[in-house]
Amino acid sequence: MQLATTAGSSPPAIPLVALLDARMAFGAVRALDGVSLTISPGECVGLIGHNGAGKSTAVNVINGGLTPTGGSVQYTLADGSKGNGAAVARACGIRSVFQELSLCPNLTIEETIRVPHRDLKGFGWRKTARKRIAKALDQVFPGHGIEPGMIVGDLSIAERQMVEIAAGFAEGSIPARLVILDEPTSSLDAAVARQLLDHVRKFCASGGAVIFISHMLGEVFDVATRIDVMKDGKIIDSRPTSDFTQQGLIDAMGHVASTKAEARSQTSREDRIGEEVLNTPEGLSARRGEIVGLAGLAGHGQAEALARYFVSRSAGIHHTKTPEVAFVAGDRGRDGIMPLWSILQNLTLTHLPSLLRRGLVDQKAEDTLAQDWKQKIGIRTENMNNPILSLSGGNQQKVLFARSLASSAPIVVMDDPMRGVDVGTKQEAYDMIRREAEAGRTFLWYSTETDEVVQCDRAFVFRNGQISAELIGEDITEENILAASFEMHEEAS
Amino acid sequence: MIGKYRILLPVLSLAVLLAAVFYLQPRAMSYFGLNLLFNLAVPIALATIAQMMIIMVNDIDLSIGTFVSFVACVTATFVNETPLLGAAILLASIMVYAAMGALIHARQLPAIVVTLGMSFVWAGLAVLLLPSPGGASPGWIRTLMTVKPPFVPMAVVACVLIAGFTHILIMRSATGTLLRAVGGNTQAVVRAGWSVIKLKAGAYALAGFFGVLSGMCLVGLTTSADANIALRYTLLSIAGVILGGGEFVGGKVSPVGAVIGALTLSLAGSFLSFMRLSPDWQIGAQGAILILVLAVRLIFARNGSRWKEAKNG
Repeated sequence: MQLATTAGSSPPAIPLVALLDARMAFGAVRALDGVSLTISPGECVGLIGHNGAGKSTAVNVINGGLTPTGGSVQYTLADGSKGNGAAVARACGIRSVFQELSLCPNLTIEETIRVPHRDLKGFGWRKTARKRIAKALDQVFPGHGIEPGMIVGDLSIAERQMVEIAAGFAEGSIPARLVILDEPTSSLDAAVARQLLDHVRKFCASGGAVIFISHMLGEVFDVATRIDVMKDGKIIDSRPTSDFTQQGLIDAMGHVASTKAEARSQTSREDRIGEEVLNTPEGLSARRGEIVGLAGLAGHGQAEALARYFVSRSAGIHHTKTPEVAFVAGDRGRDGIMPLWSILQNLTLTHLPSLLRRGLVDQKAEDTLAQDWKQKIGIRTENMNNPILSLSGGNQQKVLFARSLASSAPIVVMDDPMRGVDVGTKQEAYDMIRREAEAGRTFLWYSTETDEVVQCDRAFVFRNGQISAELIGEDITEENILAASFEMHEEAS
Repeated sequence: MIGKYRILLPVLSLAVLLAAVFYLQPRAMSYFGLNLLFNLAVPIALATIAQMMIIMVNDIDLSIGTFVSFVACVTATFVNETPLLGAAILLASIMVYAAMGALIHARQLPAIVVTLGMSFVWAGLAVLLLPSPGGASPGWIRTLMTVKPPFVPMAVVACVLIAGFTHILIMRSATGTLLRAVGGNTQAVVRAGWSVIKLKAGAYALAGFFGVLSGMCLVGLTTSADANIALRYTLLSIAGVILGGGEFVGGKVSPVGAVIGALTLSLAGSFLSFMRLSPDWQIGAQGAILILVLAVRLIFARNGSRWKEAKNG
């Protein structure tokens, strides 16, 4: 009885979504480690955190895409009944706007709305779809200049993003009550982004709720009523926006890395690092024997910069004989291992030209090379002829390291090589990289983990596909990297 | 915008080829001549539509040729003698297609392997039914295929009907749009809570349905069947879809284009006969025409994307 009276006096107190101690584990990785949060109508929650803090997992748990391995998620429908599961999440009016993920490039804009709006069918569905998306576009982005009959694949990236966002707010059989925006402004220019922020405020004022994820802290401050800071799968801080300062947020996201001094090589930098060996038009540079880190939030152009550099240096026939650059893949399944081959074949793949004798592969030389590297970096296997997939992820990665390091290339490019590698192997790999650097090799190392970047001699922080900061030596700290990864002020305002 | 002109090239190639045939053999420009030219294109057009359903969901069907042969054998035997049993067999074969689509999606198998395997199953069943050419066309199919509508020959009417019907089914209807969305971005369809396995099974069932129609039409035209009657349809149908502006991945298909592609391919054969080219060279020459058209399309596509880049800055 008492509950009914309180609910009657203040209706917004009923949360749309309530997570209670939600846990999510992928194998041994704990992506969510006991998250409790509620989102009520009228709230705009800014969710921020560094790479791998668990933001996207949290979002997928909230929208019902993932079922948590522990804890509970409860939705409250418009009529007051409660439930859980993906279907209830949809019925509750929870919509997610991911970057360019929900559109079909082969369809027109009105057709692509058909996929999330399940009620569009029967005669005249096209007309309804056109009305819905046109109205939403007009509301969110007045003066957008997008026709519902255009084919999605012909739109520019910004236009696609606008359609994607408008579809999230468009009316439907189930009205949108909670819209999750994941980096919605990443490809919008400042004026259009402002239109979106205005609409979010209006939407919340009329009783809707929004989860806003962005690396532009200025925007988050502008629009959010509450900011939740995530780290290591937990919400470590949750306060009304007015209680935070931008610097305070940066401090909350990071943890003080005081161990880095001992982690760095004992040899003095001046002895080891030689002349400049690499300089790209976009501003990446490295010197002989230097370990150069590429940092920043995931997906801000680091991997592309590495790929562009690698491809520009590795084309041509001469590359196979005297390679300038070697590549260590991080996405082992996609650009690393040959899953059906043996460990030995995987290791010697790039060295076959140097192992030739009268046009055929010299198996003895191949064996020697493989045994040599097995000793050197400790691949844990009885027989190098075992299939590569019999190894653990960490040992597979060692094989990939060996493949690159066995070449004579003076520059080694590494695309987040420690992904999914256990701690012990990581330590061994760090030692190996340092040894090789002392011997005069240059490393370009993209890493999503700050602990790894702080070990570098120099780091370039990427934001929106460009280098936003160059940090050298002692300046490479978590705070500096975070500050450069997140945009502090609204630019062009 | 470019998508809207996708249909232009197939129309153009058909027009050029047709003009060439009329120039070489003016007598083909008649009711009877047109019917002869396009008669055998009807089953090919249906098989091409069947192939298109599969390509639409990013798969490929290497069994359509043997499947059409199998259907032709069933039609010339069971459908002719015991219609009820015949219909049941054809219905079951459509269900097999649907099950194949579900299996391919559920187990994430490569469609190319599964359909290649199934092609041997269909071929074997066809040989079991008709070890030597024979059977007879059911009277009603024969009547349907030899009907003489006023002004426009049956073959042309049939092609227009097929194109119109499948256009509405695939391009206009809400379900067809959803099927194309599976080809365009499967992930988005999953996220929105649709069952992709059902959608894929549906697309395969549609392919089976049009395959059945193709086999029945073929028997209506040839009056008897043979276990190897439609083997070349597999490659013809793939070529027809691509010629008609479709693409192997991404759900970009055009039913009208596919029918036009099938017509173009069957016309290419007649064109070469009119040129008095020795039959030994005909298949090679047909391939050359195909390469030519596809090369032209590639140039168009490349210029198109350059134009788009310029526009988007």
